[in-house]
Amino acid sequence: MNDTQDDTTHSGHSLWPIGFSIGIAVLLVGLVISWPAMLVGAGLAIVFGLLWIRDASRSHTPVDSAPAHELVGDTPSPERAAAEAEHLETYGRAGFLTLATIGLGGVIGAGVVLPSLGFAVLPSFTGEGVATRDVDLGPITNFPEGTFVITTFLANPLEGDVSRRTAYIRNNGLSKEKEPSFTIIYSRCVHLGCPVQPNGPKFEDKAVKYKDVSLTPVQPAGFGCPCHGGAYDTEGNRTAGPPVRSLDRYAFSIVNGHLVLGKHFSVGTVEGTGAEARISRYRQAYPGVHVDGIERWLYPIPVPGS
Amino acid sequence: MAKSARRKQLDQAALVPLEWVEERTGLVGGVKFFLFRNVPRDVNWMQTLGAATLTAFLVQATTGVFLAMYYKPDPNSAYESIQNITNEVTLGWLVRGMHKWGASLFIILMFLHMGRTFLFGAYKYPRELNWIIGVLLLVTGMAEGFTGYLLPWDQTAYWATVVGININATAPIAGPFIAQFLQGGAQIGPDALAKFYSLHMLVIPGGLMAMIVLHMYLVVRLGVTSPPWSPVAAGRKRDEEQPAGYAEYRQGLIREHSAGEEE
Repeated sequence: MNDTQDDTTHSGHSLWPIGFSIGIAVLLVGLVISWPAMLVGAGLAIVFGLLWIRDASRSHTPVDSAPAHELVGDTPSPERAAAEAEHLETYGRAGFLTLATIGLGGVIGAGVVLPSLGFAVLPSFTGEGVATRDVDLGPITNFPEGTFVITTFLANPLEGDVSRRTAYIRNNGLSKEKEPSFTIIYSRCVHLGCPVQPNGPKFEDKAVKYKDVSLTPVQPAGFGCPCHGGAYDTEGNRTAGPPVRSLDRYAFSIVNGHLVLGKHFSVGTVEGTGAEARISRYRQAYPGVHVDGIERWLYPIPVPGS
Repeated sequence: MAKSARRKQLDQAALVPLEWVEERTGLVGGVKFFLFRNVPRDVNWMQTLGAATLTAFLVQATTGVFLAMYYKPDPNSAYESIQNITNEVTLGWLVRGMHKWGASLFIILMFLHMGRTFLFGAYKYPRELNWIIGVLLLVTGMAEGFTGYLLPWDQTAYWATVVGININATAPIAGPFIAQFLQGGAQIGPDALAKFYSLHMLVIPGGLMAMIVLHMYLVVRLGVTSPPWSPVAAGRKRDEEQPAGYAEYRQGLIREHSAGEEE
């Protein structure tokens, strides 16, 4: 027995586990993004997994087949050779059983763990909460032209009052193209999501109700966030503080004379005001996430459901 | 003075069941091995901070288990159930108070323990892995704090969690997914409360306990460090075989050092 002999059995630092883990990572990302990516990941994981197993079983072979007479240092007699052959066979079976136990245990474990993990994680990306629903805010006559109205509504009536949201809505009248125009600013600060407040007098006496929707006129000079001092002008452009983009907005449609809230979207900047505003529109992003500039490359994957 | 017959009989009454257990499990010896370890002669009171952190964790685990008997993780009744625990249930104010203030204590003690470990150099070879496990324990412990903060379901809890989730969302690439997973959808809603409750009382404590066991296994295996000012060599005796020239080298260091002092 010498050390060099011992070393050769441990020399197999293989790259297959890395490939295998990359495959698993692609598989998990694919679960979220798309089926083809998932299949690619599964394929990678299986191929590299098999290569890994093959490699692992091969790195055992030198130990298994190291002729005992070389270690002992004498020539084998026929009986000894026969005994060795028998011994090698036994050892091979032990190695096979070890690998088989680990492998089967792994398969059984994966069979339990993967569905459980999927159950724990995936509903967040496919469930009720992801779907955006249109909200009826009532007749557009409730929105006097040129005035902001604090509008609170239930984003998802099934979830109850916890889904109550606030938007600041201004009827801009008709645009140059003779189309109705509304500025609908979402109240969550785009720094970290605290509720932004309108800085100006509220007219509680002129408040109106329509089903779950409450409408209170207000005359803001801008919007301010109580948490970390983010400040915005009346178009939602940042004027001070930590926010990284302009306030989020809602798309809208007008159905049978009712204002209906559409898709939530994020805004880079707004140029101009009111009906003539030019809005750089992006998919809905989380607060604090850049939608334009070089930093947007840090957030390459769009939020599911946006 | 020799023990009286009565005393011997009492000793027997205590020892016989212990020996019965020991013979079948070896646990008594294990507990003795764990509790009566050799430690450096000049250990410091600061080295009790780890045990204090463990105690704080056990307080959290115990009180948390019993709070779970009265708490209802549902948006319609969460707040009322907390009010009920605080105001109606016998001793509820005490147990909830222990859990609430103990949470802060746990975090503070973790930081103090980490500071002690750092300043004593107890993170160095061969204890690097235990430092890493400790860092993971710190992160996991703070995740306990974050998930527990939502459970009272009042305005503070809700908005602190909104902000916390959005801070998670600002992490590059993975951030939005972590946020979406935590809030259970595009917006924080009822699913988030149940999810945070499950994370707070099942998933994260399980991870914490497993890591605490590992942490303490390594403490027992590697032993306790001497304070840095200790003149006593820590741990096992030095190997008799030293590298050639080591003694002269060491002597040289000492001589130079003392010569420097005399100047």
